[in-house]
Amino acid sequence: MEPDLSGALYVGDYRALLVADLHLEKGSSFVRRGLCIPPYDTRSTLSRLEAVVQRLKPSRLISLGDSFHDKSAGDRIDAADLDSLRRLCETMEVCWLTGNHDPVLPGQLPGRVASEVALGPVALRHLPRARLETQFEIAGHLHPVASISRRGRRITSRSFVADETRIVMPAFGVYTGGLNVSSPEIASLFANNGFTAWMIGRSALYGFCSSVLD
Amino acid sequence: MNARMFEQTAELPEPFARWFERRGWKPRAHQLAVLAKVQAGLNVLLIAPTGGGKTLAGFLPSLVDLVASGAGHGVHTLYVSPLKALAVDIARNLEKPVSEMGLGITVETRTGDTPAHKRRRQRSSPPDILIATPEQLALMIADPHAKVLFRNLRAIVLDELHALVASKRGALLSLGLARLNRLAPQARRIGLSATVARPDVLQAWLVPQRPDAPLAHGELVLGPSGPVPRISILKSVERVPWSGHSARYSIGEIYDVIKQARLALLFVNTRSQAEVIFQELWRVNDATLPIALHHGSLDVAQRRKVEAAMAGGRLRAVVSTSTLDLGIDWGDVDLVINIGAPKGSSRLIQRIGRSNHRLEEPSAAMLVPSNRFEVLECEAARMAVREGIQDSERMVVKKLDVLAQHILGMAVHAPFHPSELYQEVVASFAYRDLARHEFDQAVEFVATGGYALKTYERYARLKSLPDGRLRLAHPRLAQTYRLNVGTIVEDEMLKVRLVRPRQTGRPLAGYGGRLLGEVEEWFINSMAIGDTFIFAGEVVKLEAVEELTALVSRTKSSEPAVPSYYGGKFPLSTFLAARVREMLADPLKQQNLPVQVREWLSLQRYASVMPRADEMLVETFPRGNRHYLVCYPFEGRLAHQTLGMLLTRRLERWGAQPMGFVASEYALCVWMVRDANLLISSGRLSLARLFDEDMLGDDLDAWLAESMLMKRTFRTCAIIAGLIERRFLAKEKTGRQMTVSSDLIYDVLRSHEPDHILLRAAWEDAAEGLIDARRLAQLLARIKGKILHRALDRISPLSVPVMLEIGREPVYGEANDALLEETARSLIREASGSEPQ
Repeated sequence: MEPDLSGALYVGDYRALLVADLHLEKGSSFVRRGLCIPPYDTRSTLSRLEAVVQRLKPSRLISLGDSFHDKSAGDRIDAADLDSLRRLCETMEVCWLTGNHDPVLPGQLPGRVASEVALGPVALRHLPRARLETQFEIAGHLHPVASISRRGRRITSRSFVADETRIVMPAFGVYTGGLNVSSPEIASLFANNGFTAWMIGRSALYGFCSSVLD
Repeated sequence: MNARMFEQTAELPEPFARWFERRGWKPRAHQLAVLAKVQAGLNVLLIAPTGGGKTLAGFLPSLVDLVASGAGHGVHTLYVSPLKALAVDIARNLEKPVSEMGLGITVETRTGDTPAHKRRRQRSSPPDILIATPEQLALMIADPHAKVLFRNLRAIVLDELHALVASKRGALLSLGLARLNRLAPQARRIGLSATVARPDVLQAWLVPQRPDAPLAHGELVLGPSGPVPRISILKSVERVPWSGHSARYSIGEIYDVIKQARLALLFVNTRSQAEVIFQELWRVNDATLPIALHHGSLDVAQRRKVEAAMAGGRLRAVVSTSTLDLGIDWGDVDLVINIGAPKGSSRLIQRIGRSNHRLEEPSAAMLVPSNRFEVLECEAARMAVREGIQDSERMVVKKLDVLAQHILGMAVHAPFHPSELYQEVVASFAYRDLARHEFDQAVEFVATGGYALKTYERYARLKSLPDGRLRLAHPRLAQTYRLNVGTIVEDEMLKVRLVRPRQTGRPLAGYGGRLLGEVEEWFINSMAIGDTFIFAGEVVKLEAVEELTALVSRTKSSEPAVPSYYGGKFPLSTFLAARVREMLADPLKQQNLPVQVREWLSLQRYASVMPRADEMLVETFPRGNRHYLVCYPFEGRLAHQTLGMLLTRRLERWGAQPMGFVASEYALCVWMVRDANLLISSGRLSLARLFDEDMLGDDLDAWLAESMLMKRTFRTCAIIAGLIERRFLAKEKTGRQMTVSSDLIYDVLRSHEPDHILLRAAWEDAAEGLIDARRLAQLLARIKGKILHRALDRISPLSVPVMLEIGREPVYGEANDALLEETARSLIREASGSEPQ
């Protein structure tokens, strides 16, 4: 398994690319509150995804839920963006896991929809389970970011969080915020021996064990 | 124009004449002159120092008119004051003569604190005189009933106009006045201002303008200028430090001066300076004099307590940032002590004016330089104040984010015709140069965000009516407008809460500690967990950062690790900078300086050279295993930071291998691996090319793409323009998952629509503000062909202050990855981390 600089996770044995929390059309969702946030987030997130697909050439793509920010995202998405999403999906097998933001996915979407899938012994789902019934779980939902202090500077970045039983993936969408890995929602998933946070830098990933993080 | 001014005096009618007489007062000439001009139907700008009866001069024409024509016909006079507290104070002061003369005139205030039921009542039965802030004016003209409310408006009085016009609030006010001019063209305008460098610009700002016509000006009335303030500079027997901003060296001497005074007001430039001085004063406070602290980050209740104690005469000294610059007289201040750089003469005059509000007596002030360069700056400022010279303030004009807010407000008021609104807007001084296409872009931005991608057409906030007018698409938007009105955008703040110190390896126990106040988020973000800093008078240690709270614990350490002098918001004014350069160049102008400073300067002449006032000195020298390039532009820290960023990019490209830089108010120091002397003498590095103006092109653009300063500026514009909402305390429960950070929006917008109206607005703000590219451009133009280079074999005396800043100030650069890598490596060595793949 290789955490990628883009925030995706590549599982080589299955040639599967995993992404979590794309939150497509998050920008346009604010229009209901009367805010016209720049609607280019879908475009940016998709081109980030295209880039990693071209680089790693997976045969399947699994999106771990909250792929769309809300139920009506499919109505708001720009035709050109929907086209490029479709073209991208033609190149491989696609599976959309449902999330709390998108319990129902837009109808016009290629690929299959599921609430959970298994990749061999690994369970893939949106919400991480507090108690694992399988050997290993990969989930999203929590948008982890990690901070570390060095030389009087604090650096914060999106981050994979992992121990020997699970991985929580960082959010992939460009408008997604983050939750610090030290917050109880994340830290409590890794109660016993702590975890490793893989912080996403500009040119590489850097792994730190939880005791050295802020 | 001024000579004949006092001839046009008016007779003071009854009951005013009697009232003056009974109190043994005589109306002042400028009060009568204002009255006469307003009665003649003219707009007037009154410039008078504090204590000159300025407020009464502003109200007198209205009171006289109300007595003559009868009260109770709706709002007769609108008085706009920049501060909420000031509005309340003015109402109280005005009520006194009104009731003593039995005029039967009603005076009320309307501020952010005025409850909704009172605002409704003010609409149905309005007071004769309404005192409000610029934000409240914006809300009132956006009200569908604005026409009725201002039907009988006769006078608009603008207080502290010199301060208002220099901020975005001034731009908002300018637009509000343009609307008032349509609602009530009969209303006269009276501007009240402290002394300014260019009264003519304020005179033009005050009155409606006609497009394509020469500038119109209001009439000018000058009040008497008070006696020249007595300003001294602390002549310390101690050694004045080479650098730093704490002024610790002088604490004993400052304390002695406080002891002599009734109530001393100590002004500093930044919150952290205030904290340090306050702490140091208490350390030497043998007589336990009541000394208090007042700055914007302290809890409001705490501040109110200090203000009340000042007013009640229970304090002997207050250490304050600019929070007490303007406004109310909280007590009988008889001495102002300005610690650190005065930054500008106008600002200093304003601060000195806080002491001794009796016009006839001179104010007293003492300047305390906190380092050697500041000695020069203090001397320059002292001379400027003595000569009565002001800095020329820049007016804030043509702000597109403010315009967008106003356009939404006008749609809230009623459907509008774009052409008509455009004509109205360009009649305001601040927007007289606005092109029609810029206006249309702003309208488009309000309607749909103005993006090339037409996602929001269906959801447009403004809809067309058949007659071409635009109407608000949904009444809900009116509510959003009212919640977001105004141009004051606070930095994102974190609460600071006291907790017990963290035990190693264990989570923090209990978050319920005492609230100490609020601190800027970026300040905390620049700090590492475990760092110590001073807050609310104590040294605290940063334990953790929750989503919206910084958790800190008490420490025993008396020396905070983070000195955090973040320069403050105000750079050294151009005028004072020029004065300091002149002083450096001319030994005759150094006679008033302390001996130790004069010695330092003559040492510089001996070891290197002193540049002429129009030259910029560049020194290069080796030290340790590095090579240094130090230049002395005197253009303020912000411009120097930008210059440092751009120079290091160039030096990198030219193979000099720069490693970092540090900027002060006066100088910039860059250090590098390669031998700078050799690079220059061999002709491989040309200083003329290094400092060429073309750095303001692509290099600046590339840097801005990443700059946190730019992101902070963008956030302000985005909030003012209504792109994102203000963060309200009540809303915080929903957390950040429900919002999009403005940094992310900036990145996305910049990569897809770099020409977007808000990016342009943010860029213009940054160029005048945090990036100060405007000032940098002036510098580069000024020093063309006037760079004086000295290749030295060692550090020069003049460079010592900025060299000492190295290690104290954060070194800039985008080296996050390098730091992460280094951390990872060192942790691997400690065998506590895991190996990167």
